[in-house]
Order: sequence, then structure tokens, then C-alpha cells
Amino acid sequence: MISEERSILLKVEGLTKHFPITKGIFRKQVGAVKAVDGISFDIFKGETLGLVGESGCGKSTAGRVILQLYPASKGKVTFKGRDLMSLSKENLRKQRPHMQMIFQDPQDSLNPRMTVGSIISEPMIEHAKFKGRDRRERVEQLLESVGMNREFTNRYPHEFSGGQRQRIGIARALALSPEFIICDEPIAALDVSIQAQVVNLLEDLQEEYGLTYLFISHDLSMIRHIADRVAVMYLGKIVELANSESLYSSPLHPYTQALLSAVPSHDPKKEKKRERMILVGDVPSPANPPSGCNFNTRCPRAEKRCSIDPPEWRQISPGHQVACHLVQ
Amino acid sequence: MTTQSSILQVENIATRFRTQDGLVHAVNGISFDLKKGELLGVVGESGSGKSVTMMSLLKLLPMPPAEIVSGTAKFEDQDLIQLDTNQLRKIRGGKIGFIFQDPMTSLNPVLTIGYQLAEPMREHLGLSHGEARKRSGELLDLVGIPMAESRLNDYPHQFSGGMRQRVMIAIALACDPKVLIADEPTTALDVTIQAQILDIIKRLRKELGMAIIWITHDLGVVAGMADRVAVMYGGFIVEEATVNELYANPKHPYTQALLKTLPNLEGEREDRLESIIGQPPDLHQKPLSCPFAPRCSKAFERCLNENPNFISRGKNHKVACWWNPDSGEKV
Repeated sequence: MISEERSILLKVEGLTKHFPITKGIFRKQVGAVKAVDGISFDIFKGETLGLVGESGCGKSTAGRVILQLYPASKGKVTFKGRDLMSLSKENLRKQRPHMQMIFQDPQDSLNPRMTVGSIISEPMIEHAKFKGRDRRERVEQLLESVGMNREFTNRYPHEFSGGQRQRIGIARALALSPEFIICDEPIAALDVSIQAQVVNLLEDLQEEYGLTYLFISHDLSMIRHIADRVAVMYLGKIVELANSESLYSSPLHPYTQALLSAVPSHDPKKEKKRERMILVGDVPSPANPPSGCNFNTRCPRAEKRCSIDPPEWRQISPGHQVACHLVQ
Repeated sequence: MTTQSSILQVENIATRFRTQDGLVHAVNGISFDLKKGELLGVVGESGSGKSVTMMSLLKLLPMPPAEIVSGTAKFEDQDLIQLDTNQLRKIRGGKIGFIFQDPMTSLNPVLTIGYQLAEPMREHLGLSHGEARKRSGELLDLVGIPMAESRLNDYPHQFSGGMRQRVMIAIALACDPKVLIADEPTTALDVTIQAQILDIIKRLRKELGMAIIWITHDLGVVAGMADRVAVMYGGFIVEEATVNELYANPKHPYTQALLKTLPNLEGEREDRLESIIGQPPDLHQKPLSCPFAPRCSKAFERCLNENPNFISRGKNHKVACWWNPDSGEKV
């Protein structure tokens, strides 16, 4: 990693997604679920940015809005210098081959009535890349690169286990040689012994094809392993962003600290001595977030100003940003 | 902790399912002892048979397709496996409590929390309406639900996931169980909520002193909670040891590999994760060989032909493997 020469592949500025809450037969809008509430970050070429948070914090929605699978409410997404939101439908479609997505549940994201071969070749047909024998050859080559047998093209998804299905999903995402892939909880549905296989595969592919990943997960240990930098999300906002080393060794935001302290370690001796920081209460509803800092209702260190002013997004040290009043 | 008497002695339980595609050998002869007041962690991946084993004990499985082929489960001078449904009903939710994985589906959505809490106490302890209600309030308070009394008339949908799991725990504890079986009670929850629940269980264990069987796939959760751990694979217990011993000195190749696949949260960041090749076993096949053999780096001919015995290797440490991890000898 040569930090001087890093070029920005994707820039997200003030991205917001509010889902309207409607009422009555005229569907008058009475409120909004603030799923993503003004997030900004850059993703550099060739890196893996981890996006962590608990369920409902908006991390998956963020991924989908970045790829314009949902229209954003506000904000700007620039991919390779192009503002994705200002593109026409057709021009956006032309950008799609460069950015792909791997979904959480390989069970739901593969059409059960299509053969593996047709699942993987569908994006190539859609974007008129590779024809006839070339396409068949490409499908087989993709299967091989995700560690599966070339002969599997005529089989159906149900014939495979969860881990193998996830490999098929990865092969499909690779079909158009993308530069950027959003991995949305790609290992959450898999067994522990299979998770490592899939993560290793993703890392190998990154090295081979120079891919850039946005890796969305709730698994903090896996994020630490795979990500170069990590963004922590809480209730629609990013509360801390840092390179993986400094985030895990010296987390600044109280939420990051609590999150890290809540992960059980697999060393019983350490675990017995450990002082755990236990948060009280539940995550507030994103339809009605608290005033001031989003986290103030559960924060063990909250002061008066935390419930009044929203904290500023500040840089504390190079590459380490945090949104908290209390961090000096 | 070694000389305590057992409260539940399970021997050679085997359960299989008759399905359209043939027999599924889910549990293939499981034996373990649960001591009074101890927390036994049962770890395994999906399909390893950990839930089916525990559900077999109380016949909570639909039969057919399930059938319990063999085994005994001694609990207070009774063999649970021999009891009929009426006798079992007196034990389920009474002396043996159960917490299920998914708090969303295990509470009845059309009954109030108060009713669901009071039901087992009226059934098992013969409490009157008023008494049961009073104790329901106390129980909710015990599991840390704020303004407990006023929430008894609420319905499950008015609680969050973490709160519902607390209610489930309260219901399981209602009749002062001797044994609590917790089947992945925190899997559906977020880490910060999981930390809350684990904290509650630790506290209640100290206060109430029941024995707990904790089923999970998360090696981290077990490390912090359990006294003893049993590792399951393909319907067998492949290793069993005290918690410190198991994590410091795993002896079965599966346990060794499993612990290595986990990324660290602290210390050195690993370059590459170790992975276990291959897929989990197909349970349609008769369990005549070591279930882990096809994926095992130590496997030799015998492993493919014969099922290893579950034998003692060291103090409080049992392993089912033909390979001797200490001498490297192939037995």
C-alpha cells in the first residue's frame, strides 16, 4: 500500500436515504425512516473499506444507495470522477459492469430455476459482452477461479451447499470484470468453517484482479481481518472512521468502544478477567432518532450538550475521523 | 468442580429422521453428564445435531418424521426417553426450562406477556391467578425489564428483540428449573444486546444455581460462559473438556482447525485465515466412519472405515479420534 499514490475510486458526500412513512388513503407523508442520514467517505482504489454496525443501522441501505439500487434522497456519489446521480438511466446502466454486488443470502439471490451457467452468463448477455463459445469459456473459467468445478454449469442452485452458492454469487459478480464490489454481509449466512474459505477467496480475487471492496458486516473480528480502513455506523450515521489498526487498538467513539468490548473473545482466560462495557437499552428507532448526538441515549459518557448539538465530523489524527463531542 | 453429582445423565442418544430422500442420521449416539450447577457449552455448526440432541431429551421433535432409535436420559431417577407425553409435560417448562433461538417466533403473538409468563406457574406450581401474576412481575424485574409490572399486559410485538429474549428467559425460569437448556439464545441478537443477555444469564446463574446446557455455534460466547465444552460434528460429540483445557489444548483435528479459522480481535492480524477444506458431512450416509475424515488433515485409512471411540486423553478431556494428538501416533 503506497499511501502517497492512492487515487480515490468512489467518493460519497452527504449521502442520505429517507424512506417516507405515509398515512391515510392519500398516502400523505407523515414522517420518514432516516435509514442513511448524511454519510461521507472516500474509497481508494484497491483497498477494502469495512462498514460495520448492528442490524438496522443502515449499512446495507448505504451499500444499495451507493450503487443506485435505491434512489438517494440527498447527497452525491462520484465513481471514477462521474456523478452517478446525475447520469441518465442508460448511462448509469453502462456504468453497472464496473460496480457489482455480492449479497448476503446465497439462497435468495440466485434464481432457483436457472442453471449455474445461465446465472453467471446473464450479466454478460445483458451487457452484450462475450458471445457464443467465448461466453461458455468465460463461465467455466469464472467457476474455476472461485474454486468450483468447470462441469457445474448445467446444475441448479439447490444442488449446492451455502458456501458453494456464495461462490456462484461471487462468480456472477466477477463476470463483467468489475473494479468495485460491494460485499453485503457475504459470510453472515455461512457456517464458521466455511466463512474462512469464502473470505480467503475474496482476498485472492482482490489480489488477482485488483478489486476494490466495500465490505459490509456486523462481524467485527472478520472486518478487522479483511479491511484496510473501517467505518462504524450507528443509526444512519458514521460515528468513526479510521484505518483498521488504530480503530481496533484505540477506538475513540464510545459506541465503537462498547461494540468492541461486546465481542466475546475466544480465549476463556482473557474472557474471565475482562471488564465489559455494557450499553443500556435498545437502539432507538431511525424514524424518530434522538436530538443532538444519535448515540446520547445509550452513551455511558453523555453530557448535556450531547443531547442538544449534533457532534461535528472531525479529524483527530491523519486518517482517523470521529463524530463525538467528548473526544479531544 | 470434579466431584459434583450429576443431575442429567445422557447415554447413547441416537435420533434420525425419515424423509422422502431416505433416512437422515442426525444424532448418532451422544453421551454426556451434566453436573449440578454447571454450564455445559455445546458447540457445533449447523447440522451437527446439537439442537436435535437436546430436543430429543424432551421429545420436542415432531414424531414422525423423527424417531429416537436408542438411548437413555436419566433425570431425577427417571428415564426421560421412556416417559410418555403426559409425564413429560410435567417436566417441560417446569424442572427443565427451554430457551429457543428466535424470540420472534417462540412467543405467542396473540397472548399478553403476563399470560404467557403465568401459564407455566399455574400449570406446574399450581399458583392462583393473583400469585402467578405477582411472580410474573418479579420475574420480568429479575431479567432487567424496566417498569416490569406495567408491561405485563403488553403483547410480544410491543417488545424489541432483546426484550423478547429476556421475556423468554423469564418464562424458562418461572418454575425454578433444575436444568435450563438454552438453544442459541443470542444468535438472533446484535452484539451489544448479546452482551446484555450474557450478563443477565451470568448473574442469574449465581443467584439461582441451576445447571445450564448452552447450545451455540459461537466459540467466543462459550469461552466466556461455560465450565465445560462439548464439540459436535456430524451427529457425534468429537471432543469434550473443561473450557480452559479445550481452548488452550484442543485435541481433535476438527476443534484445532475450527479455532484456527477464527480471526482475532486483538494482537497480531493474521495474513491469511486457515480454512477447513470441503463441506460438512452428508447426514444421509450411515455413520460408519469418522464424520470428519474427508476434511481432516490427519486422516488415514482406519478413519475412513471405522468410527473412533470416545476415549479419555488426559484429565477431564475426551476425544473421538484415531489419531493421538500427544504422540502423533495413529492408533
